[in-house]
Amino acid sequence: MEKTEQRKPILKIEHLVKNFGTKRVLKNVNFEVFAGEIVCVIGQSGHGKSVLMKNIMGLMHPDGGQIMFKGDVIASPTTPTSKYDDVRQKFGLLFQGAALFDSMTIEDNIAFALRERTDFSETEIHQKVVKSISMVGLNNVEHLMPADLSGGMRSRVGLARAVVMEPEIMLYDEPTSALDPIMTDMVNDLILDLRQRLNMTSIIITHDISSAYKIADKIVMIYEGNVVFNGTPGEIRSSRDPYVQKFIRGNRKTYYAFDDDDGKEQNVDVGELQHARDTRKFGGISSLKVVPKAVPLEKIR
Amino acid sequence: MFKNAINGLFTFFYAISQLATLTWEVFYRFPLIFKNFDLTVKQIRIIGLGSIPLVLVTGAFIGMETIMQANFQMQGLVPMRYLGYAVSKALITELAPVITSFVVSSRISTAIAAEIGSMRTTEQLDAMYCLSLDHIRYVILPKVAAAAIMLPVLVIFSELVGYLASIFIAYAFINVTMFTYLEGLRLFFYAPDMVIGILKTSIFGVIIAISGAYFGLACVKGAEGIGAATTCAVMLSAMLILVFDFIVALIFL
Ligand SMILES: Nc1ncnc2c1ncn2[C@@H]1O[C@H](COP(=O)(O)OP(=O)(O)OP(=O)(O)O)[C@@H](O)[C@H]1O
Ligand SMILES: [Mg+2]
Repeated sequence: MEKTEQRKPILKIEHLVKNFGTKRVLKNVNFEVFAGEIVCVIGQSGHGKSVLMKNIMGLMHPDGGQIMFKGDVIASPTTPTSKYDDVRQKFGLLFQGAALFDSMTIEDNIAFALRERTDFSETEIHQKVVKSISMVGLNNVEHLMPADLSGGMRSRVGLARAVVMEPEIMLYDEPTSALDPIMTDMVNDLILDLRQRLNMTSIIITHDISSAYKIADKIVMIYEGNVVFNGTPGEIRSSRDPYVQKFIRGNRKTYYAFDDDDGKEQNVDVGELQHARDTRKFGGISSLKVVPKAVPLEKIR
Repeated sequence: MFKNAINGLFTFFYAISQLATLTWEVFYRFPLIFKNFDLTVKQIRIIGLGSIPLVLVTGAFIGMETIMQANFQMQGLVPMRYLGYAVSKALITELAPVITSFVVSSRISTAIAAEIGSMRTTEQLDAMYCLSLDHIRYVILPKVAAAAIMLPVLVIFSELVGYLASIFIAYAFINVTMFTYLEGLRLFFYAPDMVIGILKTSIFGVIIAISGAYFGLACVKGAEGIGAATTCAVMLSAMLILVFDFIVALIFL
């Protein structure tokens, strides 16, 4: 029973297309998200990740394809946006720039939706605000204005504001890009914790590959408006696609290690290289040879 | 050329329909004002009380200029008894309401356009949408309500100061006895004129706030976008104030 439940995706994106004028930003985006899953969306700057999020959230209207939530079409060129209104309450979005309400204190920013949309008393709301602020690693900021905070602090307040409503699906647009490594870890733990406690589904845009490895069940890679990779962190690491490799390894020099005898090969990155030599952890590699990535594999072989 | 004109006309009517829609959307939510009255009070403070110094200065000069002008036009033609009459009529039916609204509009419609425009470009309005919070209810309605409430109040201030200033000018610079002037003011004072003059500024208040909100919502990213939004807002509200002033005059005068 539970298995069939789980097999149904909570969110399904099919052939999504979005144009701005003559420019086609999303060409054909397809992927599925299951309840409780953490999906990381990666891809180069300007390739349509934020646009994808806004389409899911209903802030933009798709020009083709459709988005389904629990089997219902919530967005397609022919679906009116108003149909989406009650579904939207189950979604939360952390904006890339946090988008805090400038004219309100931090406390009011977080409490605004609680006051207007829930029946909690003022004291309960205050407790929730304080708790959510400490949850994102801040304290004593309730009475400050957004302009008084640093970029990383603002982004964490934005996070607190979104998760305090306990949405079913949380979308994060680069939650950690303005954060130091310690805070990045903390936000990653928070995302995992939300899944643990509330079975919250998360879709996370990130440029931080190591975070993605840590928390993602699935990584979706967008390139020029298409999904070019969709798989687990393990699969992306061992992907042979040169673009995927270039992206996840950045500018670091990458080496291939491979076995001469039977052609079985493994990718090893610089950091792991010495380790690989020592322990021969890549079982089956008898003679480990190391070649810079710049040299095409075929040539060496 | 012809095509351009058609296009321009089309955009014009499209904008009008958009404005009408926005106005309707705001009025439709009117009962909700009382649920978040604190927001309106805050706007009353910003829009209303913040404009008082500006309005006092404006009112004083409107009063002084009206009496100078009336005196200039009447000298030797009409008995000076009518000086008070002319000033009073001009001041309370047209000059104080319209000029005060213009001046307040230059302060308020631009501020509203800039504020809402920056909320648009920094995605704060989108964030409201994501939290299922209605931006018309929480952002635009309080401003419209505050402007509609406060414009008449501001105009009353402006008229009061205008009267006082005109009396001062009559006393100091014009060849008319205080008694004659004051009697003129009093004798021909007609309350409905004043009521209409004051109440129509409520409409002007709505025009000012809606113009600002409309161009703020349509604002495109960047400083240039905000600049354009404020300019358009103040232009539109000035034009609409004149149009509606004319309509009110047609109906009531
Ligand atoms: N409202 C809009 N109007 C016109 N073009 C837009 C709009 N929003 C986004 N675009 C275009 O869509 C493309 C994708 O933008 P998007 O913001 O999705 O990039 P991104 O993948 O999120 O990049 P980054 O990692 O830098 O945030 C860009 O070329 C951008 O110019
Ligand atoms: Mg982006």
